[in-house]
Amino acid sequence: MATAVASHAHPPTSTGLDHRKIAIWAFIGSECMLFASLISTYLIYKGRSVVGPFPHEACNPPICATPLKPILNIPVTSVSTFVLLMSSLAMVLALAAVENKGKPGYEGILGSSKLWLLMTALLGTTFLGFQAYEFTSFVHEGLTIRTNLFGSSFFTLTGFHGAHVTAGVLWLLTLLAIDIKRGLGPKDALLVDISALYWHFVDVVWIAIFTLVYLIK
Amino acid sequence: MADHEFTHTNADIDVHAMGEMHEHPTWKQYKWVALILTVITVGEVWGYYIPAFVASAAFVPTLLLMSAVKFAIVVLFYMHLRYDHRLFKALFTGPLIIAISTIIALLLVFGKFVGR
Repeated sequence: MATAVASHAHPPTSTGLDHRKIAIWAFIGSECMLFASLISTYLIYKGRSVVGPFPHEACNPPICATPLKPILNIPVTSVSTFVLLMSSLAMVLALAAVENKGKPGYEGILGSSKLWLLMTALLGTTFLGFQAYEFTSFVHEGLTIRTNLFGSSFFTLTGFHGAHVTAGVLWLLTLLAIDIKRGLGPKDALLVDISALYWHFVDVVWIAIFTLVYLIK
Repeated sequence: MADHEFTHTNADIDVHAMGEMHEHPTWKQYKWVALILTVITVGEVWGYYIPAFVASAAFVPTLLLMSAVKFAIVVLFYMHLRYDHRLFKALFTGPLIIAISTIIALLLVFGKFVGR
């Protein structure tokens, strides 16, 4: 059975809903279209690079000066995808801990919003570490944003996503600082709910990117 | 771990009158959602390493379907859209439909489906 949760009370509004929550959903809707444009660009340019390295195919002379392997590292990216998925689990547990603070069954680890917020931020940072490793190794293998169409569209798409993850980690750390300073309780649930919605959106965007960019050849 | 529930207070009823009373999944459901997401991801990566499957016509549709299922699970359960107000559902699904339509239209315009 699902748990009933009451949202944070707010002044009366014409819709009966908190404007901040409407705003975050409208923002997420607009972000859908931003990432759709970036994904479209990547897919349109896919397979149209004249010079290597290529994402899934080897590049041999004369197209490339030296033989180059397919550049995408699926095992590493699979692990980073798993890390981001687990960060979403930590985020829902952080929200549940804040909403149910002080209620029966939320006294131990399950009720520690600080722990789950810290865990989410750490997992997000780990994902960014994987992305930094990937970008660095690509540059060492000769793929930069200026090398070919694949490089331009790949770095733009994944770079934008990484920037969103970075913003999410900073947001989580801010919430963690507030939690440490004065404690977050049910009255603050909406603040955490809004950040959780943003964080999960970053996760669903990566779900699409992982399939469309990394797995589909 | 047991499901955690609590009874409604007067404050909850006031919020309900504002149209914001909603349900969230339990810890047990969150665990299952995480497990399902992990299993689907493992399935996707496993499929990537089967050459016969990659070469088949089913490869791309299967991966897209698995990705769509993961997307829907996160949105419905982790983002609580399944339990939330219909205005929030409209604010998300409206732009999402436009976004998906834009991707398909652009791929058609640039001839990405030609010869398949």
